[in-house]
Amino acid sequence: MSGAIRHLLSMADLDRDDIDRLLNLTESFAEVSERQIPKVPALRGKTIAWLFYEDSTRTRLSFETAAKRLSADTMNFSVGSSSVNKGESLRDTVETIAAMGVDGIVVRHRGAGAPHRITNWTDACVVNAGDGWHQHPTQSLLDIYTATRHLGSLEGRRVAIVGDIKHSRVARSNAIGFARMGADVTFVAPRTLLPASLEGWPVKVTHDLDEVIEDLDICYLLRMQRERQDDAVVPTLREFHEEYGLTTARADRLSPGSLIMHPGPMNRGVEISGEVADRPNAVITEQVTNGIAVRMAVLYLLLGSGLDLVEERTQVA
Amino acid sequence: MAERERRLTASPTGAVFQARTRVMSADDVGRAIRRMAHEILERNSGADDLIVIGLQTGGVELARHLVDDLSEIEGREVPVGSLDATMHRDDFGLRPVMPEALTDIPGDPTGKVVVLVDDVLYTGRTVRAALDAIHAYGRPKAIQLAVMVDRGHRELPIRPDFVGKNLPTRHDELVDVHSDGVDLGDVS
Repeated sequence: MSGAIRHLLSMADLDRDDIDRLLNLTESFAEVSERQIPKVPALRGKTIAWLFYEDSTRTRLSFETAAKRLSADTMNFSVGSSSVNKGESLRDTVETIAAMGVDGIVVRHRGAGAPHRITNWTDACVVNAGDGWHQHPTQSLLDIYTATRHLGSLEGRRVAIVGDIKHSRVARSNAIGFARMGADVTFVAPRTLLPASLEGWPVKVTHDLDEVIEDLDICYLLRMQRERQDDAVVPTLREFHEEYGLTTARADRLSPGSLIMHPGPMNRGVEISGEVADRPNAVITEQVTNGIAVRMAVLYLLLGSGLDLVEERTQVA
Repeated sequence: MAERERRLTASPTGAVFQARTRVMSADDVGRAIRRMAHEILERNSGADDLIVIGLQTGGVELARHLVDDLSEIEGREVPVGSLDATMHRDDFGLRPVMPEALTDIPGDPTGKVVVLVDDVLYTGRTVRAALDAIHAYGRPKAIQLAVMVDRGHRELPIRPDFVGKNLPTRHDELVDVHSDGVDLGDVS
């Protein structure tokens, strides 16, 4: 990717320099959040629309906080109570929002690739806040930022992503993201929770968490999606916890200085034991805090930095 | 800061600063800092409630030298910090604007006298942004401005309280301030 980034759709679009630039920018915005008045006028006059076709409280709140700290105006297109229920197509919805003159659209959609489609229908910058099982790039960026704050460079670091890989856009984003930063990524899951094919993915695969646990720098647990229990992907949640959960006994075997991460919301007692989630090396709430700074950096880079102006070389004192 | 910023961001072609005239020697700069330190203490009747804040990036080193002198003269530590006012600039959308360095404000500035320090005062827009930014951290009793070089061409009603040297310049010239001297030159 070149200097100017127009949209953030997938971690696959970002090279290591892009990620480094976003991490540096995140550092500046993390400082803004610590001020007595945590607000800067950087996106004053810009309008951002939230277009969430799937339920999301945490991600939407995080984006909303980020936008407000940058002084952007936000508008919420709540799908539940809108024209979508009256049968409006995604394209018509996007064109309607675009016609109102928005500068950015943050979209979550159950269809993989929906954010990419949207870029064809609007001049606004599009940020993918999760599309189906495909990608969730801001989650990956905040995970990388959190990890580098504790571990420094991720070059050669060993990361296990554990649990429901198959249904997880977080797993797919982070596999790419961590690998771009030079980390060594392993998927840990039963066959029923792995995608049909992992060809071309920069990851190793194992079905045995105990085999890798002692070597890890990061143990990244995914939410077990209880609503998918009907598919009978695991025999019981208790058995899943015994085999693939981060139990107290397993957490004790993690090396000192290693991190426990989780994208939230957690199922205590399923993918992670309740006690382990509160240990000092579990940085789960810090991930949430960092999410705001990362999303500020993303929104600023796309909407405010004016990097697309580099070519014009405008000279202003 | 304004000087440095334009060199960094307005010249993606890699234009280089070329010094033409030496305006101040290292000793001149040292003496100017010493004098400004005395002026600051005289104006504020000592160093009580004083916080010195260098503007990123050009003012930071200068602020540190200034605080060394202030602390030595008063015989006690004067707090020093740095401020990146990029996010408060008024030229978003006119050129690429990226934060350059971190902000570090030592303590709550509410009720204190903040001395902002920059290397060169030119249009005054960086200082305007800094005045805005500092209020996000608290409400100082007063804000004063110290600069090594005032080169004129103000575009806003802003004036410095303490000046190292007044230097008449043309718009197309550039002033380069280091602790080892000040040069006037061109960008080519």
